[in-house]
Formats: sequence, C-alpha cells, structure tokens
Amino acid sequence: MANVTFPLRDIEKAISLNEKVIEEINMFGTTVESLTKEEICLEVPANRPDLLSMQLFIKAFKTYQGKEHASQHKINHSLKKTYTINVNKNVKPIRPYTACSIVKNLDLKEENIKELIYLQEKLHATIGRQRKKSAIGIYPLDKISFPIRYESRKPSDITFIPLGSTQEMNASQILQRHPAGKAYAKLLNGERFPIFVDAKNNILSMPPIVNSQETGQITSQTKDVFIECSGKDKNVLHQTLNIIVATLAEMGGAIYAVTIKDEITEISPNLSPQTLKTTKENVEKLLGIKMTEKEMQTYLKRMGHEYSKGKVHVSPWRTDILHEVDLIEDIAIAYGYNRIIPDIPKIATSGERLKKSTLRSSIIENLVGLGFLENSSLHMIKTEEAKIMNIQHPLKVSNSRTEYTILRPNMLIPLLRTLSENTNVEYPQKLCEIGRVFAKDDHTETGIREEEHLVIALTPSNFTEAKQTLDYLLRFLNVNYELQDMTSKPFISGRAGSIIVNTHNIGNLGEIHPQTLHDWGLKLPLALIELDLEEIYKLLE
Amino acid sequence: MPSNKELISTLSPLERKVLPFLEKPIKDIQKSTGLDETSVIRALKFLENKKLVKLTFVKRRVIELGVNGAHYKKNNLPERKLLEALEKHNHISLEKASKVSGLSENEFKASLGALKRKAFIELANNKIILMAKKEEIVKKFPEERLLEDLPKEYDSLMPEEMYAFNSLKQRKEIVELIEKTDLHKELTNSGKDIQAEFLENSQANLVEEVTQEIIKAGGKNIIFRRYDIQAPVPKIHGGRRHIVNQAVEYAKNIWCDMGFQEIEGPLVDTAFWVFDALFTAQDHPVREMQDSFYIEGMEGELPQETLVKKVKSAHEKGVEGSRGWNYEWNEKEAQRVVLRTHTTSISARKLAQVDKTNLKFFTIGKVFRNETIDWSHSIEFYQTEGIVVNNDATLRHLFGYLNEFYNKMGFKKIRFRPSYFPYTEPSVEIDVYHPERQQWLELGGAGILRPEVTTPLLGKPIPVLAWGQGLDRIIMDIAKIKDLREMYENNLKNTRQKTIWLPKK
Repeated sequence: MANVTFPLRDIEKAISLNEKVIEEINMFGTTVESLTKEEICLEVPANRPDLLSMQLFIKAFKTYQGKEHASQHKINHSLKKTYTINVNKNVKPIRPYTACSIVKNLDLKEENIKELIYLQEKLHATIGRQRKKSAIGIYPLDKISFPIRYESRKPSDITFIPLGSTQEMNASQILQRHPAGKAYAKLLNGERFPIFVDAKNNILSMPPIVNSQETGQITSQTKDVFIECSGKDKNVLHQTLNIIVATLAEMGGAIYAVTIKDEITEISPNLSPQTLKTTKENVEKLLGIKMTEKEMQTYLKRMGHEYSKGKVHVSPWRTDILHEVDLIEDIAIAYGYNRIIPDIPKIATSGERLKKSTLRSSIIENLVGLGFLENSSLHMIKTEEAKIMNIQHPLKVSNSRTEYTILRPNMLIPLLRTLSENTNVEYPQKLCEIGRVFAKDDHTETGIREEEHLVIALTPSNFTEAKQTLDYLLRFLNVNYELQDMTSKPFISGRAGSIIVNTHNIGNLGEIHPQTLHDWGLKLPLALIELDLEEIYKLLE
Repeated sequence: MPSNKELISTLSPLERKVLPFLEKPIKDIQKSTGLDETSVIRALKFLENKKLVKLTFVKRRVIELGVNGAHYKKNNLPERKLLEALEKHNHISLEKASKVSGLSENEFKASLGALKRKAFIELANNKIILMAKKEEIVKKFPEERLLEDLPKEYDSLMPEEMYAFNSLKQRKEIVELIEKTDLHKELTNSGKDIQAEFLENSQANLVEEVTQEIIKAGGKNIIFRRYDIQAPVPKIHGGRRHIVNQAVEYAKNIWCDMGFQEIEGPLVDTAFWVFDALFTAQDHPVREMQDSFYIEGMEGELPQETLVKKVKSAHEKGVEGSRGWNYEWNEKEAQRVVLRTHTTSISARKLAQVDKTNLKFFTIGKVFRNETIDWSHSIEFYQTEGIVVNNDATLRHLFGYLNEFYNKMGFKKIRFRPSYFPYTEPSVEIDVYHPERQQWLELGGAGILRPEVTTPLLGKPIPVLAWGQGLDRIIMDIAKIKDLREMYENNLKNTRQKTIWLPKK
C-alpha cells in the first residue's frame, strides 16, 4: 500500500467530486485517506502501481465509472533514424538491465513536470524498492546523441555535473556530497559504477543515483524525451517504463520505440497486451453471484480489459494480473463489493474449542476465584531486565525499535515488571498469567521451543500461602504432585521447591530473595509459583 | 420520608447512646456515655446525615502555656526571682545580682527589662536600686495572673491581660496563641421530636446482630435495627480476568457458535510458513527487517521437500494458469526465523495437514510488528483468523461469515472494500461503522486464497476463504480505552476498576 497525493485542482478538471463519487473511489479500491481544499490523498494498493500516476488514475477511474474507454497506446517507429542503446556486459554484475523508450511531441506544463517528478519518486519508493529494483531517468532528446551506451566504469573515471549542482564531481564525490548520492550510496558499493553515455561521450547519468545537469533536466520547453529504467528485475523495469510512457501518452505525447542491444536485441517499450482466459462459470462460482457473459464483458471493460470469446487482453502495465482470479477480482470490483450480499451457507459444521484453550480459561478462572488478577504481558523482555536476571543465551530479535529485544525465557520477568510498576497501588497484590515462553531447542523446526507457563505471584506473602495456592489449584485439576528441595535463584534457599508431577519437574515455587526484590524496586515480600502447563495438559487430555 | 419510628430503628448503637444527651456539651456527652471524643463526634455526624442535629464548626483563638510558660508557672517568672533576690540584697552590682538571682544570662536580661518597665528598679553606677514598695512587691504581676488563668480565650482578654499577653508573647515560648475549631451542635426540630420519642420508647430494644441464640429462639418478636442502606461502604477488590482476555474468550465463543474449530500454533515460525507458503515474494517490503522481528542467529528447518518444491515452483513459475513472480526463490530466505506477523501462518500450517473439505477453522492469537510504541501502535496485538475450506465457497460466503461475526461483536454496519494482499484474490478490507464517532473503523483484511497458495498446500486449487483482522481496536473501543498502551501495561488500579467487557447488542 502506498499513499499518493494529487492536487485537487487537477483532479477536479477531470472528475467532479461529491460524496457519491468519493464512495465510488473507495469502492474502486483506492481509499480516500484525506481530502482538503488543495489535495486529495489516496491509498493505492501494492498491485496497482499504475494508479500512482494521476493521469492513469483519472483514466482508470473514469473507465470504471463507464464514462470513458481505456486507452490503446500505439508505438511509433521512427522512419528517419533508429534509436539504439548498447548494453555493455560489464554492467551485468552491477545493474544488469535497462528498458527504454522515447516520447515525442510533448507540450509539458509546469504541473505536468511536477507530476512526472512526483510519479518518478513514488515508483522509486514502491515497485522500485527504493531504486534497488528499478530507477528511472528522463532526458530531453535534443540534448543527447544516439547510439547510447549503458556501461560501467571505475568511480574515478566518472566525472560530470550532477543535477542541481554547478560543479563537476567524480563518482565518489557525488556519493559523498550530492543529496541523492548520500541517500542511495549504499546501492553502489562495488568497484565499478553503471552509467549511461551518449554518442558524444557525454555522461547522461549514473543510475540509480542522479542525472547530469547538462543533459538530464526537463523543462516546459522540452518537446521530446528519452526515458531509461535500469535495475535488476526485467519485469519490473518494463512495468515501470510502461507506466511512465503511458502517463506521457495521456499528457499528449507520441510513443517511439528504441532498440536495446543486450544479450538479445529487443524493441522497447513492449506494450503488447497479456492474454488470459476466463469463463462466466468460473466468475460466478468464485463470487457467488450471477451474471451474463455480456455483463462480464462490461465489467472487464470498466477495469480496462478487453474481452472476447473467453479471452481477456490485459493492459501492459497491469503486471499484477498473474492468474484468472486476478481478473475475477476486477470483475467483482466493477460489479461493486457493496452489491454483493453477504450469505452464510446452510451446511452444518460443529464448532469446538481446543482442549488446551478451555483448560487455560478454567485455570485462570479458578485463580480469579481466589482473588487473583489476571495479567497480560508482552512476549518480549527488555535488555536491561535480562541483565538483572542474568539470563544465559537470550533469544534476541534483530533491529527492535523499542527497548523490548529478547523473547521472554520465563513468566517471572514480566510479572516482576508489573509488580515493580505498581508499587503505588494498594496491597496485597495477587497476580496470575498464562503465557508462552521461549527456549533454544535444536529438536524443533525453528530451533526454538515454545512452552506455556502459568505464573502466580502473591505480595506481601510467604511460602505457605504460595503452597496453599498451588495445592488448591492442583487438587482442582486432579493432579498429584510433590515438592523437592531446590536451591536456585531468585528464590530463597530453604524456602523454595521444585514441583514434581509424574516424575517430571514442571516448575518452582517459593519466596523470592530480597536481593532480587531490591533490584526491581519492590519493598514487600513476594512468593511466586511458575509452572510449565504442557505436562498438565498431557495428563488431562 | 421515613416515619419517626422507622428513623429511630435505623439508629446505630453509637447514635442511640448519644441521642439522649444531645443538649449537653461534648465533654459531658463523653462522661454520660463513656465514649471517647472521636466516637461521640462520629455519632454526631451520623445524626447530622439523618438531619437530627445541625453541626457548625466555629473557629476561635486560645492562649495556652508554652513550654517555658509551664515551667515558670510552677517555679515563678525570672523577674519574680530577681525581685526576691533584690529584696535581700539592695544596691548590688549587676554581676552580683546576676549571681545571687541564679538566673541564666537571657533570663537575667529579660528580668531586668521587665522590672525596669514596671519602674520597680533603677540602674545607677552599674548598681541596681530597688524602687518598689513592699506592698507592690507582694502583689502578683499581671503576667503571673495571666499565666495562672491560662488557657484563656484571646477574644475575652481584659486590657490589663492583653498588656500582659503582649509582653509575654515577646519572650521565648511562654505563651502560645492557638487557633481551635469548635464543634457546635444544635438539635433540629425533627431531632427534638426523635429524641423525645426515643426517650419515651427507649424500651425499644433493637437487635443489632443475628446471633445463634436468636436463631435458636426462632427469631420471633424481634425488632432489628434498620440499616441506612444508602450509606457508602468501603470498596473491596477481587480477582478479575484481564480485559483483553475477556474479549478474546467472547470472540472465541462466537466462532465456535458459528461452527468453527479452534486451532493454535507457534508464535515463532519460519519465514516459510509466515510468508513463502502464502505466496509473499521474498523481496516484498513486509519481509524486511525493519517491519518484522527476526530472531538473531536462528535458521529453521523447512517442511518435507515435496511441499517446499511446490511452493518454490509457485513463486518462480506459478501454478496452472498462473505466471508466478518470475524470480529465483531462495531456500535460505525461507529458513529465517521470525515472530509471526499474522496468524495466517497457522492457517497455512493447517491447510498443509487437512485431507478433506467442508472444514472451518479459527484461531485468535498474538501477532508481532516491529513498531515504535505509541497510543495507536504496539509491537504485538491480537488477530482473529479464520479459514473455510469448501469446494463451493464464494466471496458472498466470505462476506457472510465476517458480517455475522462483527454483528455478534456489536457492530451493525459493516463495509467491504476492495484491497490487496499477495495471498488472496479477490481481496477485501473490512470496516465497521462506529455510530458514536460517525466514522468507519478499518479492521483488516480477508479474501479467497490464491491458487498459488492452495495448490501447493492442498494439492488442488480448492477455494479457501481466509481472514485475519486485528482485534485490539474493537476491544479498546468497547472497553472505552483511548490509548493502546493501556491494554498491556497492567496498571493494577485500572485492572481492578475496569468494568465488564461486553459488546452492545
């Protein structure tokens, strides 16, 4: 999902907005996020990068409304000369592919130029994956000479004036000093950098960073442009190029082909439609609604597709259409999600809670009956907490944006956190919680074992009260247990025990050592039980 | 209005003890009843609540003995001591006077000043000459008289006493001016009536407690004291389920009622189950480090090879009738270990196990996102997830199940909007209408699983309805919680005070 913002003035030239039309925009799949006097902000789904273009959005929406027909863009072939781009093998390890085109006879207004720059940014940020998968360059055709070479050089051999600058810089300086260079430097880290060079040996650009100031600036005087997209994913390059080219065509330009001489030679852009099959029966079966073939054809047309005799021709920039189901969704959108009446089939199935899930509730409800409050804590603990409790081999998450960094190894730590954050609340405090804890275990699929633990905390309290509580609970569950002497932190030695059920050690109980209480800022004696429930679930199942 | 008789029968034992003596001062009430001052005042306040007495608090100033004052009252003021010494040794030097008087330096200075002001002495050539006459000496000073009379009302001081007070006030801790609050009580008219009736019928031997004896005797002919049932009672705290779990239980039971079987699964899983099995391309932004919690240094195992091959092929080339994502699928990427970003990983695991159709499953569990925590974002939240595996399942049915669930959760107006997810097609976004805020709440996604998902998992492209929506926003809304952080902060004061979690019907 990406948000795009269009100037309201430009949108309203084409679409008269009112409450009904806004709801139509929502139901077209592009939710109106906000609407001010100057701007409209739309949420564009990730499968429709074409709608990041205002021109293409307006066209697609008016087609959806049934007010216009989708455009069929023609490619012109220049008779006078051929435009050739030669791709050198030495770009293959760096940024292997390019897709290019020429658009002529433009009459660009200031707002068109702004729109193009905005679209370029949005495409870079979305399908371009921050210029990693594809980056776009647009050049005034009269400033450059064909054939153009796409090649790589050592950074020291690349020198030009980058866009927006007055000084010549070499590639390393650009990465260090130019704003775009600084922002995307991490994309160029090899020994050679890619460049576009024209027949006069002028460097046009260093993708995916920046164009040359001399050949890479579009103004309202620009009539004809050369467009290149470079990157690692050929499909994405063509999709990106097609969106740009179609946008320029909607602005009144004429598309001209270029020849790309790569490992294979191809004519670019490729605007031939994709063809898929669909049937009325498949549509009806998946959506649960009835329609005639004619209606289906109309719905497809409203989404910009051509249908005839079971075949659907899909616009070249709609690379999201992978399968018939994608077309069926488009039909559903054109039909209107709000016209699809919810229905529950009258086939009986028997519902059932998991035994574990029922037991979990019974245990907590039993403790609630004893006056315990149920706690609900996060599954991660803070770095500092693991340090205080001397946790060995913590399971860390990468790049956490908060102080929570470690999968909790027990339920004791989250409970201590709750207690330490509630020292100003009335005592006695009695808490319980069931939650998953995590431990390294090579015998599991992920290398991590998840266990469900029950923790019970009483403060101010003592061993006797804790044992009474455990005894009450296990009698309720009809589970026999015994206690064995245990010496382990953070319990007080001689006032703690291991809980043995069925010869398995399933947990501990006892009084917490004053040193730990002090570490957590607790001022009253604390008795605690922590219990692995897996063994108990087994016994009860 | 209760009758006098009823009112009398509500009087507590304390009130009944005090009632006959209400005209008397509080000290006397204490004597007559044997109660301490606090109990008498408490009884008076109870009676005031019943409008039988009117209590007013009057402030007054009282002069009391200070620490030194108490000492001087017993052992005479220093100027008296000096005067007595001078009577025995007239015309002595200051040094000698100081010695024979036995006063401290400060006391001696103060005494000299006091006697000079009274013109009892004169100083000449460093000698003290006694000027006072015998009868003057015998007579008590005004200061001495005042000390004897203390405590005394400030407002009732005579001019001479006022003079004495002002002179003593300047000296250290002899007298203190203290502000006191007096309780004045006055019987109201109904108080007088009740008192009269009470005294007349004080035989009304009201029973306070039900005792074993009373029960044994059959409980006949007994008049119980009536309680003031409106009187406030101290709050007590019991055990409670956490508000979120109350809601989760509620939602689980709805799915069961609708014929769904509960499933559960791991919170930490391989990227294979969280993303790859759900046809999420390996370079999809959701898989990036900054959005998901990957576990450091862990590499998981993939399931059986046949399934892995099918998933790989679905990504690279698609399934029948599909193009796939056209890239090279990387096994290592699928082995990364991650805290699940959605519960759909559990549905994917279930689909890989089932071998028949007409199945309905649900799970409600935590999911994790690498966010910064603020009022509307958390690093974990509950998701309500469901799948319906049925050859005849349709988009209408998907709308039907979700409509029913959110109706039962108290939302009457539900909207389905087109949306996009890599693993469903058609895809839907569900909004519920919030009548108070008059706006749509966005809850999350649903759809029909793509053939690229179902073919590898189920062996054939059976339509599977699937959904997973965040539950926390609804829980918050019904619990009237405005800040998401409140949900899992475990503020015990809040937990104890939160009211029952129950959707509107």
